[in-house]
Amino acid sequence: MLIKRPTDISPSEITPRSLFEQRRHFLLGASSALAGAALWAALPRSGHAASRLPAYAPSPFSTSEEKTPLKAVTTYNNFYEFGTDKSDPAENAGKMSVQPWTVRVEGLAGKPRTFGIEELLKLAPLEERIYRLRCVEGWSMVIPWVGLPLAALLKQVEPLGSAKYVEFVTHYDPAIMLRRPVLSWPYVEGLRLDEALHPLTLLAVGLYGDVLPNQNGAPVRLVVPWKYGFKSAKSIVAIRLVEKQPRTSWNRAAADEYGFYSNVNPEVAHPRWSQATERRIGELRKRPTLMFNGYGEQVAGLYQGMDLKANY
Amino acid sequence: MASIEREKPLKPSLRTPPAAAITAIKLLVFLLCLLPALQLLLGWQADTLGANPVETITHASGTWTLRLLLITLAVTPLRRLTGLHWLLRLRRMLGLFAFAWGLAHFATYLWLDQFFDWAAIAADILKRPFITVGFAALVLMLPLALTSNRLAVRRLGGRRWQALHRSTYAIAILGVVHFWWLVKADVLEPAIYALVLAALLGMRAWWRELERRRQLAAAVPQARGNGRVVRIVPK
Ligand code: HEM
Repeated sequence: MLIKRPTDISPSEITPRSLFEQRRHFLLGASSALAGAALWAALPRSGHAASRLPAYAPSPFSTSEEKTPLKAVTTYNNFYEFGTDKSDPAENAGKMSVQPWTVRVEGLAGKPRTFGIEELLKLAPLEERIYRLRCVEGWSMVIPWVGLPLAALLKQVEPLGSAKYVEFVTHYDPAIMLRRPVLSWPYVEGLRLDEALHPLTLLAVGLYGDVLPNQNGAPVRLVVPWKYGFKSAKSIVAIRLVEKQPRTSWNRAAADEYGFYSNVNPEVAHPRWSQATERRIGELRKRPTLMFNGYGEQVAGLYQGMDLKANY
Repeated sequence: MASIEREKPLKPSLRTPPAAAITAIKLLVFLLCLLPALQLLLGWQADTLGANPVETITHASGTWTLRLLLITLAVTPLRRLTGLHWLLRLRRMLGLFAFAWGLAHFATYLWLDQFFDWAAIAADILKRPFITVGFAALVLMLPLALTSNRLAVRRLGGRRWQALHRSTYAIAILGVVHFWWLVKADVLEPAIYALVLAALLGMRAWWRELERRRQLAAAVPQARGNGRVVRIVPK
């Protein structure tokens, strides 16, 4: 597949100065300690004092737009398992223990297996991807994720020809999470296999150069930048290759409002509000929402010939 | 009222506070109704309204509109249950503050949320049921605010004024529906408001039913046989 670079990036911008500096900063930090998985496992899981991620490289898929401040990214979250107010996850997600952590990759695969988080980190070089995130509620952020392409993981288990979709099951522990059935728990999301294999689809393990804070979906989450944020499942425990379209949590809650595809589309309104504009967190005025959240050049091909109004 | 007049040398008590106490209570309620606005203003200045301040203000103003409507609707039942008749003297101010918060909520939407994008606003009001319902509630509040003065009561006559102001029930119902329809999945909060409103309206319905039965019982001897309709006058 030919993957074009985003239009908003000129070649000279691909490795901006700030990134270089960040990388150097990181390398200094990393070389003075134990790099890699051992480090991940050994360090406590709070605070942002030092990076606890192995080395990562910048990505040509990154946008050069101004990043949303870390404070907003980590205090304004939708993670309904920890409460339905935006401030709830930051308050409550600390109760979740994220190590040890394993991800079962199963279903229609030649070599299904369970990966420890340390193994995941070694499947492919980590990259920083600065992506736009558009929430279905009408706000957006620009977030520097660190992760690896989901495709790198899926390749390991050798999907069978019969696998058409990928289902993501997330952590659910009623002892520390919401018990009211606001959504059907555990939270389930899904992608078509070709969407899951798309190079933009990221398995994120970090944010702003550090491991993911719990409220952002630690220790490993999906990031699908051309779809509404709820498609990017957090704190993933199982990935299943399946034949039939998965029954996702939001789709089950309100099928007319949250379609399986849920691609960002300014022309298809949510039944209760318009999706034509969005408020970038930190800005007062709304801005127009871009088709596929501005990633159309890379992903429009996935939906060729499809009626995006019917397949919202 | 008249009976209170007659018992003139009254010992001030919780039931019959002196005029100065009523004034002080009114002032306190006035300030309490304004307090959230001050908090929002200072929070805006200090940038402590969270990552999405416009949303914070929209939610706070909407919530206070609904709360004040329910508090206004609680005056009559509270008065009846406690015998604190002076509570009635707070009702107009509470109702007007509900309207003021409704206006602030609408202004937040028009200005900070939509930036006077009239096409988008018209589309919202026409096409999005939760906005339609909220808008209807606000529009219905306008005549009540305009007739909240003594002159209007006199001009309309007590009974017509009361009939008009019963639309408060509909407004509160529309407010709860508006809230219910705007949440994405978690209806807990609107459900709590719905329960409170149901209790407030339920009490009125129950008391009216009691009154009806009382009048019916009193009227039965004369009414029996001649098929006359008994007129029910709500208290
Ligand atoms: C012109 C009329 C109105 C408009 C355009 C309007 C619009 C809105 C909007 C856009 C929201 C936020 C929705 C969201 O975040 O998804 C909202 C929330 C709300 N509104 Fe209104 N509204 C109107 C009138 C009213 C009235 C009259 C009441 C009260 C009786 C009310 C009570 C509320 C409440 C309780 C909330 C939710 C607050 C929360 O989530 O904590 N609104 N309204």
